[in-house]
Amino acid sequence: MLETHDLSKQFDGFWAVDGVNLSLSAGEVLALLGPNGAGKTTTVRMLTSILRPTRGRAIVNGYDVVLQADRVRASVGVLTEQHGLYNRMPAHEYLDFFGQVYGLDAHQRKQRSDRLLHDFGLEKSRKQRIGEFSKGMRQKLALARALLHDPPILLLDEPTSAMDPESARLVRDTIKRLRSSKRTIIICTHNLAEAEELADKIAIIRDGRIIAQGTIASLKLNLLGPTEYELRFASPLNGTKITLPSDAEEVAHGEDWIRYRTSQPELVNPALLRDLLSLGLPVLSLQQLPHSLERVYLQAIQNSEKMAAANV
Amino acid sequence: MFEWWRSQLGPALIITRREVRDQFRDWRIILPVVALTIFFPGLMNFTAGQAVSFVEEYGAPIIGERLIPFLLMVVGFFPISVSLVIALESFVGEKERRSIEPLLSSPLTDLQLYIGKLLAATIPPLLASYLGITVYLIGVYIQIAWTPTPILLIQILLLTTIQAIVMVSGAVVISAQTTSVRAANLLASFIIIPVALLIQGESIVMFWGRYHVLWWAILGLAVIAILLIRTGLAHFNREEMLGRELDVLNLRWIWRTYWQALVAQARNPLDWYKSVLGIALSYRWLAGMMVVMLMTGFLVGVAQVNRFPLPTELMDLDNFDQRFMGVLNAWGFSSVAGAGYVILHNLRVIVLASVLGLFSFGVLGVIVLMIPMVMLGYLLTNLIMAGFASVAVATVLPHGILEIPVMILTGAAIIRLGATLVAPAKEMSIGEAVLRALADWTRILLGLILPLLIGAAFIEVMLTPFLTALVMGR
Repeated sequence: MLETHDLSKQFDGFWAVDGVNLSLSAGEVLALLGPNGAGKTTTVRMLTSILRPTRGRAIVNGYDVVLQADRVRASVGVLTEQHGLYNRMPAHEYLDFFGQVYGLDAHQRKQRSDRLLHDFGLEKSRKQRIGEFSKGMRQKLALARALLHDPPILLLDEPTSAMDPESARLVRDTIKRLRSSKRTIIICTHNLAEAEELADKIAIIRDGRIIAQGTIASLKLNLLGPTEYELRFASPLNGTKITLPSDAEEVAHGEDWIRYRTSQPELVNPALLRDLLSLGLPVLSLQQLPHSLERVYLQAIQNSEKMAAANV
Repeated sequence: MFEWWRSQLGPALIITRREVRDQFRDWRIILPVVALTIFFPGLMNFTAGQAVSFVEEYGAPIIGERLIPFLLMVVGFFPISVSLVIALESFVGEKERRSIEPLLSSPLTDLQLYIGKLLAATIPPLLASYLGITVYLIGVYIQIAWTPTPILLIQILLLTTIQAIVMVSGAVVISAQTTSVRAANLLASFIIIPVALLIQGESIVMFWGRYHVLWWAILGLAVIAILLIRTGLAHFNREEMLGRELDVLNLRWIWRTYWQALVAQARNPLDWYKSVLGIALSYRWLAGMMVVMLMTGFLVGVAQVNRFPLPTELMDLDNFDQRFMGVLNAWGFSSVAGAGYVILHNLRVIVLASVLGLFSFGVLGVIVLMIPMVMLGYLLTNLIMAGFASVAVATVLPHGILEIPVMILTGAAIIRLGATLVAPAKEMSIGEAVLRALADWTRILLGLILPLLIGAAFIEVMLTPFLTALVMGR
């Protein structure tokens, strides 16, 4: 559905994007994470055929971004970082205009814009001028514009950045719905919780290069190591030595707790619990310690800084 | 072809409709348009009425006869001045408001976007202009029962329309190439000044009563409009529009680009010279065009002989050889300094023609080079008709053998330079394309034109006068 091979862009001798390889199938959501100026927007602009790659190629919905630019643009719905709305236009007229631009007939335009305005809670403001909209309303209208022509591929730059929690939830639910209807979606965001909630895959980009890429679980495993677990007891162990199974490694322990990591929790955890209960130790709880995406992100950035320093 | 244009125009009109509707929501546009459409023609009616009363009282009816059509042209022009403001804002305004990216991400082609914007900036002011003309004509008819001839009315309508298209297409070129509305407004001088001069010229024509000259103005403006639209389309670049954030004068980049193109990766002077000959060969079609233009200039000169005959006393060649040499010797013409003067004079003309050519798609540069050929045609024909064919040959041929190829080469290089704006090389910014064309021009100048000019100048000061005197004395 969307593939890039060595996608690169140079501006005045500076590589804004350098050798990006991505592969997404229908119904997959990729969160593109990275610091400001990392190359996220440039990548998105190449995928919408606005910028021409200096090197490499990208295929979007089966079309080459250089050779079939018009078809690529027709296949993609874009939510740009700046919403780019026409302030003097009423909301319904704005959607109608973009509907015409994307070649929809009058009936489709009316039907789809009414539905989208309703879905995003903007139907009461449909005749209001966009200049009078709040930031969140503008963001929702821009998202409605991106969805208007029912594109198979969506490129969303900070889709919930200016929204109140309720609106942000509405947008996230919309994205989930789109994913289940087999849309391919790329989200550029700084909101890691949102990325974790929505994305199937994560790509972390820094200085134009992808420094980490994969499913959230694989990234956690690769960057932070095996998952950690914490076992708590109802009372202090008073020096009782806990022997962990061979596939587990102790991280730390205290009077009434022990923390360990394992890459095979399905084998280690039941065996350990069985042993402890047979010894009559008062197990209070066993829980997985969360590996947050934030830790994954920071670790990836840290690793890339170390590599850059080593290269210097 | 018709189908293709229809398929392009349909989406372009979507842009046009939106923009026109948007303009009519902006009181800052509506107010001047209404004022220039309704009140200004009224004022012109009053002026026309007063002028007629004045000439009726004091005579000189010709002033009234000429003033009324002139005011018709002015009434038509004023509303279209608004088009400049709209057009200057068309792309760069959207860029500043950050609303351009969704449009650039849409499946509209460059041509559709460009034509849509062009029409949006042209149509409302033009309609206002037609309305203003109508209001003025009704007013003048009611006041003094004056009506224009159908031809004059067609001329004024065509002139107004084509002027609007020229101004808008020029302004859209600027708008698509700048990064801020402020920069676009500053660059608008390149449109305002020529248009102001044009209007002054048209005013002279209208007061002079030579209305047929307006057809030439219409034709010339139509050519310029086509070239400007072509330029705008050739340089329309989504990437540049979105990627360029600042208009920075990067002297180092300018010099590097120019120098690299000038040196052309040559390993030694011979290698470089071969590349110059390569450029000269690639100009063969342009050189052919230049030969035709120079011959046309010569024939125009020949055609003026009967209209403007030389006074007979000027053709008195008794003892002319002695007088001629006396004058040249008094100047110190036949010397190295004389040759230096000739070289500097010719170089000045070449630089002037090139600068003018760069800003006029080559047209003015070629005209500058045609002027000596007009003079030559006129003078040689006069000499031949007076029976001095050998003198004519002696005064021109020796240095002409080198100077005429110089004119052809210079003209070809100027046309190429001017054409850069209309048809730039792919994958290059407008600045880079112009710098490379300038480097090519410099290579031709240094490698071929200058050596030929030096040779021609020494022949002109050392050989031509003696041959001329020799032939005259015979």
